[in-house]
Amino acid sequence: MTFEQASPLVALLLTLVLAPLVPGVATRTRAFLTGRRGSPVWQLYSDLWKLSRRGIVYARVTTTPFRLVPIVALAAAVVAALLVPLDGRTSVFAFAGDVVAFAYTLALARFVLVLGALDTGSSFEGMGASREVTFATLVEFALFLGLAALSVATRQLSLSGVAGEPLADRWMTAAPALVMVAAGLFVLLLAECSRSPVDDPTTHLELTMIHEVMILDHSGPDLGVILYASAVKLSVLSALLARVAWPVAHLEPAARLGTLAASLVLVGVLVGVVEASMARLKLPKVPLYIAGGAALSGLGLVLLLR
Amino acid sequence: MRALIEPILLAVVLTNFAVLGISRVTACVRMLAVQGALLGVLSIAVERPLSVHSVALGTGTVIVKALVLPWFLRWAMRETSVRREVEPVIGYMGSLLLGAVAAGLSFGVANRLPAVGSGQDAPVGLLVPVALVTLLCGLLVLITRSKAVTQVVGYLMLENGVYLFGLTLVERISFLVEVGVLLDVFVAVFIMGIVVFHINREFDSISAENLVELRES
Repeated sequence: MTFEQASPLVALLLTLVLAPLVPGVATRTRAFLTGRRGSPVWQLYSDLWKLSRRGIVYARVTTTPFRLVPIVALAAAVVAALLVPLDGRTSVFAFAGDVVAFAYTLALARFVLVLGALDTGSSFEGMGASREVTFATLVEFALFLGLAALSVATRQLSLSGVAGEPLADRWMTAAPALVMVAAGLFVLLLAECSRSPVDDPTTHLELTMIHEVMILDHSGPDLGVILYASAVKLSVLSALLARVAWPVAHLEPAARLGTLAASLVLVGVLVGVVEASMARLKLPKVPLYIAGGAALSGLGLVLLLR
Repeated sequence: MRALIEPILLAVVLTNFAVLGISRVTACVRMLAVQGALLGVLSIAVERPLSVHSVALGTGTVIVKALVLPWFLRWAMRETSVRREVEPVIGYMGSLLLGAVAAGLSFGVANRLPAVGSGQDAPVGLLVPVALVTLLCGLLVLITRSKAVTQVVGYLMLENGVYLFGLTLVERISFLVEVGVLLDVFVAVFIMGIVVFHINREFDSISAENLVELRES
């Protein structure tokens, strides 16, 4: 097995190892831009280590769905990572139509998370769940517009085709449309991963939370796994965005792995900049924000179809 | 300069969407100013050999559409103390989606239109659909917003669409016609501003819905 063949696997491992760094970089950037020192970038690693040594407390009212949450969330995030061409050329696992599988793997994780939140019977968690689902229906539509635009651009139905080699050629001919699709994807990444301006990951008020409120009742290693899974989800989406915005299929395998690490850090910085420069939107404004993302991707699709 | 045309046209479409989605009137006017500046740069970029005419037209467009008219609208807003659109007939989300549908329609229809202008290459081919999008979005703003100032913004977007159409024929329509149109718009908006001011003085608000009750008694 040459390094070329192994590079998708190495890229997967690299992503799984670097995943907790991305939210750390985002938080650090935000702290830097707002004039504070902030927690170290490896904060999430320490948190995960701390949580792994804690015991687990299950509320007496919870049942199986609640305990399934961490397992399914992590499994879905890793399966999504398998489908994305993380190393810039091929994914570990590809088939025609895995674009759809990718979108619904993420949806599955969210579905189980919502079930777990509802299972606790807590009114806060129910509220968070209802918000998450409301926004998710909009994000799904917008995400499919973006993925459809990429499919149309490259005439491929699998993610490693969509974000791999054929895309680099399309950048020569249809750059403005692809810029719009990439911008749309970034807007969706912020919504999908519950970052500002849709959700504030650092908020301490349950009434305003979306993602954080749904995992209030999880504790110990369970909570750690959920946190890790959402970090993996963030870095997988970041890697996908980077592969769309910065096709590197023509580079050497080692250089491509380097660009993967660089792009994860870059997207983290970008997320941090957005968080530092704008406040969380009012909840009624969020659908408008997502519709803006959908309009960007839709315009890109229209331009590519022309 | 030719390479600039396509990004500028797409930015024009984005400003259309922004006006559709924003509730704050100040921000709408700012977007309109950006659009006007883009049109000015565009009219310079479209003509291949840089001529005095196109540069003069571009500069005139930037001055009127990006500086004078927005300044005037801001004056009207200050006088009538209007901050944000209260209740559009169609919500922001709805009008944004309608704008996206309009974009799809325009790009679909534009290819089937008989070719206007001569020597069509790709960026100029994008000019017609973008002109259509701007027209439709302007129309949408004009008919769905209730404040008179926002309706003026819609009218100006409509006019920007017509201007974009004019750019496809920039070699045939003479310089004087374009400048005349620019002057017409300027005067029209001037009159609109004064009318807005008077509506406000009469009704203490500039919601155009109040005009329904104007009857001879």
